[in-house]
Amino acid sequence: MEVDQLQRSFLEHSNALFHEGLLDDQFSQLQLLQDESNPDFVVEVVSLFFEDSERLLNDLTTALDEQNVEFKKIDAHVHQLKGSSSSIGAQRVKDTCIAFRNFCDEQNTEACLRCLQQVKQEYLLLKTKLETLFRLEQQIVAAGGATPMLDEFF
Amino acid sequence: MDNDQSDINEAGRQFTVEPRALGQDVLEEVIIKKEPHSVDFKRLIDLTNYSDKGNSQLTNLVKDWEYQQENAVRLLREELDSLNKQQQEVELKKLKILEEHRFKQYTYGDKSPVSSLDENVRYPYQDDPKGKNDVIFKDENVETDAEYDSLMYWKQRAVHLEKLLEASLQREHILLEKLQESTENLERQSSPVEELSQVLKRADNFLHFILQNAPVIIGHQDREMRYRFIFNHFPSLGEQDIIGKTDVEIFTGAGIKESQDFKREVMEKGLPAKREITFETELFGSKTFLIYVEPVFSKAGETIGVNYMGMEVTDQVRKREKMAKLREEIAVQKAKETELNKSIHITEESMRAKQMLATMSHEIRSPLSGVVSMAEILSTTKLDKEQKQLLKVMLSSGDLVLQLINDILDSKVESGVMKLKATKFRPREVVRHVLQTAAASLQKLLTLEGRVADDVPVEVIGDVLRIQQILTILVSNAIKFTHEAKVGIKLYVVREPCNIQDSRETYQNQSIISANMRKGDPSSIYGTGDETNTCQGPVVWIQCDVYDTGIGIPENVIPTLFKKYMQVGEDAARKYGGTGHGLANCKQLVELMGGQLTVSSVEHYGSIFTFVLPYKVSSTSDNSDNPDELSDMENQDVLDDGNDDDSHSGIFMFQPRTLGSLFASQSSGKIQKLSPNCYGLLEDSLPSSSNTTYKENVIEEDCAKGVGLDNLNSAETSVAHKTYETWDQTKKDEIKPKILLVADNRINVMVTKSMMKQLGHSIDVVNNGAEAVHAVQCNGYQLILMDVFTPVMDGLQATNLIRSFEKTGSWDDAIKAGIEIQVPSPHSLSNPQVEKTRKRIPIIAMTANALPESVNECYANGMDSFVTKPVTLKNLKQCLQQYLP
Repeated sequence: MEVDQLQRSFLEHSNALFHEGLLDDQFSQLQLLQDESNPDFVVEVVSLFFEDSERLLNDLTTALDEQNVEFKKIDAHVHQLKGSSSSIGAQRVKDTCIAFRNFCDEQNTEACLRCLQQVKQEYLLLKTKLETLFRLEQQIVAAGGATPMLDEFF
Repeated sequence: MDNDQSDINEAGRQFTVEPRALGQDVLEEVIIKKEPHSVDFKRLIDLTNYSDKGNSQLTNLVKDWEYQQENAVRLLREELDSLNKQQQEVELKKLKILEEHRFKQYTYGDKSPVSSLDENVRYPYQDDPKGKNDVIFKDENVETDAEYDSLMYWKQRAVHLEKLLEASLQREHILLEKLQESTENLERQSSPVEELSQVLKRADNFLHFILQNAPVIIGHQDREMRYRFIFNHFPSLGEQDIIGKTDVEIFTGAGIKESQDFKREVMEKGLPAKREITFETELFGSKTFLIYVEPVFSKAGETIGVNYMGMEVTDQVRKREKMAKLREEIAVQKAKETELNKSIHITEESMRAKQMLATMSHEIRSPLSGVVSMAEILSTTKLDKEQKQLLKVMLSSGDLVLQLINDILDSKVESGVMKLKATKFRPREVVRHVLQTAAASLQKLLTLEGRVADDVPVEVIGDVLRIQQILTILVSNAIKFTHEAKVGIKLYVVREPCNIQDSRETYQNQSIISANMRKGDPSSIYGTGDETNTCQGPVVWIQCDVYDTGIGIPENVIPTLFKKYMQVGEDAARKYGGTGHGLANCKQLVELMGGQLTVSSVEHYGSIFTFVLPYKVSSTSDNSDNPDELSDMENQDVLDDGNDDDSHSGIFMFQPRTLGSLFASQSSGKIQKLSPNCYGLLEDSLPSSSNTTYKENVIEEDCAKGVGLDNLNSAETSVAHKTYETWDQTKKDEIKPKILLVADNRINVMVTKSMMKQLGHSIDVVNNGAEAVHAVQCNGYQLILMDVFTPVMDGLQATNLIRSFEKTGSWDDAIKAGIEIQVPSPHSLSNPQVEKTRKRIPIIAMTANALPESVNECYANGMDSFVTKPVTLKNLKQCLQQYLP
């Protein structure tokens, strides 16, 4: 009974992630890659993503704080973040990165700062939600259930 | 009548002229030039005397004059009457006075007005006499100083009256004188000639005035077409040059004769007419005149000449012609527009069709690639030899369809310039494949046979897909029109046909240019290690006959056979539409490849479609040098069940299917019968059979690859398959592809790596272009996935360096670019691994940007293809399928 409930809320939660546009199909690709030989693949990749993103966001914050803003450097960081987010399907983070890069091209410090704030928000939102999702997954596994598969992943 | 007055050859009444009294000044300011007209007066008199019009004109003038005179006479009479009355009155008065005198009473109270005619009375245009001088007689009262009735009184009175009488007499006298004068005056004025000449002169002046401002030529010509009168607004010739001469005598040039003939025609017909004539004379250049000619009749009713009027209308004619031209152009334009609209419509239609075709093809491709890949997977599972055979056909058919669809999608067909791909292939394999495919769908009881002569090389180079296509079309066509007996393919080497040498040249060039290695290229599969474009073997011409025992083609249809579908064939969609509809396409394809396609047919007996094509002989396996034996063998070929023991020569038979399985019907019983022979062959111990005159390498080649060999029921096949399987296995182990991933993003790397793992590949990963170049130096890779933007050195530069090495065999460019060269120096080229590296490694770009510019940039830098980021399993899989054997 408890497993059922957990599974249901897991499904609801992940559906919400897709519907809100936080995640896209690329995330489903990751889920597809997860199998017996690689049971924690999604968590691993996403953890790596968190790690990377936090480092990049920190770098960006310092870089934009400097007197002479080095847009080239910032652009490289955003490019990285964009690549990572697109690889895991973090759609909204990726979209913000695209806008961010445009402002980098324009060398618009203020807009870049705004974008940085937005990226941070999007990132934190995603992180919270994904962590909840993973927690649910762990609970399901702990309760002896299986992670439900989402139809729309296929 | 005065001549001078009548040089107007028109009826007088047609002139409406103002009275001089009112409009006197109009003409005074006009200078009348008299030069423009030239008159032959004698002729004019003749005319006025003899022609009706002249006559009536004169009559008119006379009548007019008479009327005016009458009027004047009437007025004069009236004057006279009134004068007489006045005289009588005066006399009566005189008597009265005398009487009164007697009665000593008198009254002179009467006033009697006396009018006299004005001197300036003008006839006929003055209505009434004006400005009469009235003479008023005043009564005078006679007064005397003398006393009444005295003698003195009477005396005075008598004297006085005497005086009065005298005055009265004097007045009478004056009146008489005036009357006399008036009468004289009247007589003097009434000369009609003067009157008329005045009138006519004025009319004449008006006429001149009008003519002067009328840019016309007016003329009169007599019966001999000689000018008698001409008025020309732009005179260019003197009188002596014109009068008495004809048009032809005066002018020279185009149009003169025509105008004269026209005038003559009018004269003869007696009916006025108009015509536009263009003159081209030295005198006044090129001008168009509108000429109106009217005949002139004599009183007797015969024509005595013509009057004509000419008006220059050159500009008008030009304008009119321009208009006509414009109208014509507009019409043409409109027609063109309509045409254009039509063709636009057609273009739109065909675009739509193409679009649909593309969409359809696209939609077909995806499921088809599913089918093909499943079949591929299936082929790696445990299957018996029959299943394997079936699967093989399935796979190659699928490949063919895929390729065709790809062609459509690549719009090669659309552009009309189809590139030929030169690949190594085995003619026997192709023939067998085509027949096998045809047999699989055969609905009739037909034997399909294939005979490949021994002199046909085992491997040749050509566009196998197209050739297969042509064969398929021809065979299925043949089957369609054959209801019994057989359909077959015969392949043999012929001498180069001299008439198509040129096209062969083209073909060779094409093949060199487009010598792309394709997936499934035999050279890579069989590990010959040669690039296709490096083997410039001799050229061999192979003739291929596709024959049937069908209904044949009527002789009169043959010439249209290929043409008939040409129009349809223009439609790209139809080009590869269905087999059986594409004879024109076949012909086109054959010609494109530098060959020719011909047909010969006997109605009710069958047809033979023959095409001859040049192929380059693959240098690795040229083994045909037994033409004599070939012909022997061909003669000996008896293609029934009992005699198929020499099937390995390239003879294939597909009997009508009587049992469920395609091959089952033939596989029973024959293996036993044939096996000794075949095993013998495989062991290189040639049996003494009269048919076995083949070269060993033929057999070996064929057997080893399990192709070309082929009656499917023969024992060799099974042996061959075993060999094939083993070989296949080895190949797989050997060519376990090494893949390099160049990407700096950790997450990207992790995801891609995981996907590759799922696809059964492990990969090496480096983080930037420089490392990639390095890795390529040290290891041979079969495939590189390269992120376009990487730090230190981007993917494009790295690709460039790798390509440069592949081309030159040296890493000089890389060294220049600052990459340390560690392992193999250019000297150690003998290192097999390095050798291997020098084959072109497929490099796939990984890019987030699939815009044409960035994709083109990838291609420009030597990359082979691209996958979009983020990579998906599907994309990766497709990519691997395409580039890994």
